[in-house]
Amino acid sequence: MVKKVFPKIYLIIILALLYAPIIFVVIFSFSNTTNFTFPRGFSLEGYRAIFTSSHAEKLVDSLKNTVIIALISSFASTIIGSVSAVGIFYMKPKSKATIENVNQLPIVNSEIVMAVSLMLFFTTFSFPTGWLRIILGHITFCTPYVILSVMPRLMQMDSNIYEAALDLGASPIKALVKVILPIIFPGILSGSAIAFTLSIDDFIITQINKGAATGIDTLSTYLYSSTRSASGFEPFWYPLFTIIIILVITIVLLVNLNKFKGKGKKKEEEV
Amino acid sequence: MQKNILLTIKNKIKGFHITRSVFAYPYILFLMFFVIIPLALILVNAFLAEGKITFQNFIDLSKDGASLKVLGHSFLVGVVTTGLCLIIGYPVAYILAKMPSGGVLVILFILPMWVNFLIRTLATRAIFQAMGVSLGEGTVIFGMVYNYLPFMILPLHTTLSNIDKSYSEAASDLGADPVTVFLKTTLPLSIPGIISGVIMVFIPTISTFAISQLLGGVFLFGDSINDKFNHGLYGVGSVMSLVMLVFVLLSNILLKRFNKGEAKSSVW
Repeated sequence: MVKKVFPKIYLIIILALLYAPIIFVVIFSFSNTTNFTFPRGFSLEGYRAIFTSSHAEKLVDSLKNTVIIALISSFASTIIGSVSAVGIFYMKPKSKATIENVNQLPIVNSEIVMAVSLMLFFTTFSFPTGWLRIILGHITFCTPYVILSVMPRLMQMDSNIYEAALDLGASPIKALVKVILPIIFPGILSGSAIAFTLSIDDFIITQINKGAATGIDTLSTYLYSSTRSASGFEPFWYPLFTIIIILVITIVLLVNLNKFKGKGKKKEEEV
Repeated sequence: MQKNILLTIKNKIKGFHITRSVFAYPYILFLMFFVIIPLALILVNAFLAEGKITFQNFIDLSKDGASLKVLGHSFLVGVVTTGLCLIIGYPVAYILAKMPSGGVLVILFILPMWVNFLIRTLATRAIFQAMGVSLGEGTVIFGMVYNYLPFMILPLHTTLSNIDKSYSEAASDLGADPVTVFLKTTLPLSIPGIISGVIMVFIPTISTFAISQLLGGVFLFGDSINDKFNHGLYGVGSVMSLVMLVFVLLSNILLKRFNKGEAKSSVW
């Protein structure tokens, strides 16, 4: 009996530790302080401050930037990634392996090295500072993940279907759109979700490539600079964190549950 | 005559078989520009000082006591963090692999990772401050373990749940006690997972940016690289990035050798 309970207690302790900071943020987002205390009891003042504090304009601005950058770069990397996944899938084995290895580089490379290498590239070839650099950087680290999420779909596909469409008179483009696209669509969808999340979540690439003079800030870079500013850390951050945490956790749970549903269905079909 | 030519052209166009690999060409160019050339620039800058190709940057770095100290210190923090993650994470992965619902439960352990690391780090800092713990080496390591533990649990869980149960069953049928069964079957068979976990924790830990500063004012290798570039020391910064890059590439070769592509685990 004891033997069976002990592992569960261990798991619960580790889970509690992992979630403690997140839970504390959510609880103390209602205290309108930054030091995890309740001096004035429960209040929604912090939530109001997101829109009313003297930093509200900058905050909303950086939120807008974050979303714009994420939308543009996840859209671009979804298109690039899906199209090239098809291309890579039909390459000769040797060149396919090479491209797949290079495609792994942005994923395995340490973020700081990638950020710095992009910065060197952008300055060497004098790319205009600001938006272009940030968005190109984001596309660079998002696209490999889109490819990785589309690839398995292509591998599961029965290659005869495409040939059959061609035999029945469809042009290659039509066959691509009508036959391959619907099959890989779930992969494209989850790929774009990953790209969007990664872009929103990014700090290092943006921080190093945004250029100090442009004044462009995303949420994470603004957060970072406000932790270092003399005026200190404002109470509106915890309410904002809470909103982000709830959003992120909901999205990730939904995507994962979907995946499990998909797996269940496949198993049923196999049976 | 003209019609004839037109027809042959038309036929040629029709006959031209668009191989589908064409679709990859734009991305190949993209990779060339935004992955290969930037990394090549690091290599070039590492050997470039005052417009000449020299080893000067390497010599500068080897004389730069402060940077070497940061490198050594990062290494130490990396080793301690990785060790702790392994000790804490292995039992978690092991228990989850034995549970029927472990495949779903493991998501709970990965979930916090999706919340931005700055948010989690700042929250951890606030907890320490509320408890009156002074920030320093200990809090940095706690923060690192907290941040990277999921990276250890995930590959370990994948490997452990793929191990064929008949090995350990056979061992216990043949009279081995549970400890021997674990040491002689499960542990050796989980080595590929251990190696991926160790690499997935160690590399980001030593190259981390901002976490250690926020949690204890400690400067690690990643911060140091950023600092060098901020101060316009592109040469030395490039050498340091190169060191990091070599670490990354070596560990990936190691990973491939041990995993042979089977225990590929991703968060999604």
